[in-house]
Amino acid sequence: MTQAPGPLYRDPSPPTATGPAGVRVRLPAQLRVLAGVDGEVLVRPADPVTQRAVLDALEGRYPVLKGTVRDRVTAKRRPFIRFFVGEEDLSNQAPDERLPPAVAAGVEPFVVVGAMAGG
Amino acid sequence: MSGVRLLVGTRKGAFVLTSDGKRKDWEVEGPHFAGWEVYHLKGSPADPETVYAAPSSGWFGQLVQRSEDGGKTWTAVGNDLRYEGETGPHLWYDGTPRPWKFTRVWHVEPSLDDPRALYAGVEDAALFRSDDGGETWAELPGLRGHATAPSWQPGAGGLCLHTIIAGPDDPSRIFVAISAAGVFRSDDAGQTWRPANHGLQSEGVIPDPDADVGHCVHRIALHPSAPDVLFMQKHWDVMRSDDGGRSWHDIGDNLPSDFGFCIDVHAHEPETVYIVPIKSDSEHYPPEGKLRVYRSRTGGHEWEPLTNGLPQKDCYVNVYRDAMSVDSLEPCGVYFGTTGGQVYASADAGDSWSAPVRDLPAVLSVEAQTLT
Repeated sequence: MTQAPGPLYRDPSPPTATGPAGVRVRLPAQLRVLAGVDGEVLVRPADPVTQRAVLDALEGRYPVLKGTVRDRVTAKRRPFIRFFVGEEDLSNQAPDERLPPAVAAGVEPFVVVGAMAGG
Repeated sequence: MSGVRLLVGTRKGAFVLTSDGKRKDWEVEGPHFAGWEVYHLKGSPADPETVYAAPSSGWFGQLVQRSEDGGKTWTAVGNDLRYEGETGPHLWYDGTPRPWKFTRVWHVEPSLDDPRALYAGVEDAALFRSDDGGETWAELPGLRGHATAPSWQPGAGGLCLHTIIAGPDDPSRIFVAISAAGVFRSDDAGQTWRPANHGLQSEGVIPDPDADVGHCVHRIALHPSAPDVLFMQKHWDVMRSDDGGRSWHDIGDNLPSDFGFCIDVHAHEPETVYIVPIKSDSEHYPPEGKLRVYRSRTGGHEWEPLTNGLPQKDCYVNVYRDAMSVDSLEPCGVYFGTTGGQVYASADAGDSWSAPVRDLPAVLSVEAQTLT
């Protein structure tokens, strides 16, 4: 496995605008099947690029994912879903906090993970 | 040419089994929704090619899927099952109040005459309806708003609405069953409800023998030609009502155990009933390690074991509440699935059994569709 770069979200430089190709989102296999996609998906969230903006854009492009990553009513992350960028677990970051510039620039994917639990 | 399609929901996906009218050779297709728990899927009686499924996942929540080709291909439809209005409290296991919280769909019940209309029974207990093929859903809040609802308490599997029966002669009459609240009946298409539990006894759990609610009803069934006759497998006790749920009496006389989950009625004989006795609420497997379907041809009281083709030693599987079904061919076919992943089929009303498939994930539900 390729070693991911360090904690990009601590990059002190100001956030960049969304990269030309958009924000890369990596989904777990079950949600890729549900959305009918292979590999990563690209979305164009509103600026600033936050967790909420990325998920809004993701659900806007793939409405079938509504309710599968975050609760429809409260918009809270589902309990067994985690968000990573590189090796950093951003699951508990506030939804309106800016994501690392590398995510906004399309360099690093925003990774949605089904937590390891159960069988 | 006639045939049968079995819709099988399991812990890790759904499977579709098909056979011709002889019901001897079966094709197995699946898994659909691999990795998802499929508590239930069911076809429309008005259009058997329209099938609804309710996959759910602890990770990714609830989906509703619809097929227009008998379960070959699927489309995700609406999963916005949102309680209407305030979500007041029910009782938790320890007797403390806890707000209603949606967990999953337990049961989908397509309309008898409209392929786009269906009900969904959910945990925490509530009834939803869709009139557009599952695209949008609306709760029928009169049930959750019933005056007794704050006293409802979950059964071991959760506070689940697991059985929905629309009156075959009058679709505005609906029966639902909730663990562990009991049976409720509506005569106005789900707007208002009344408990239908008189005669149920839950010794050791509910001190009051006349308690309106609080009974752990596992499943109810009726025959379309006798819409006032209901059969029930309760946590303990096999029961019968002859007055549309107004009163119940025990019919489990000579069973090895009257604990169990599933119950169903022969397609052509309204007094022929099938159950699978389970040893106890703590030992969820057949008594003596013998998997036996019990059949009553007298509407209860007198039961005979059906064992031909079923394992009669070292069998310790369970058969869940939605995991038994009948077809309407002649003779009537009877089917059930086990937590061991076997699906058993009888093409002769239960006299003999074979297993079209033995190694599926734990089976949660079996629905038979008769194809003509």
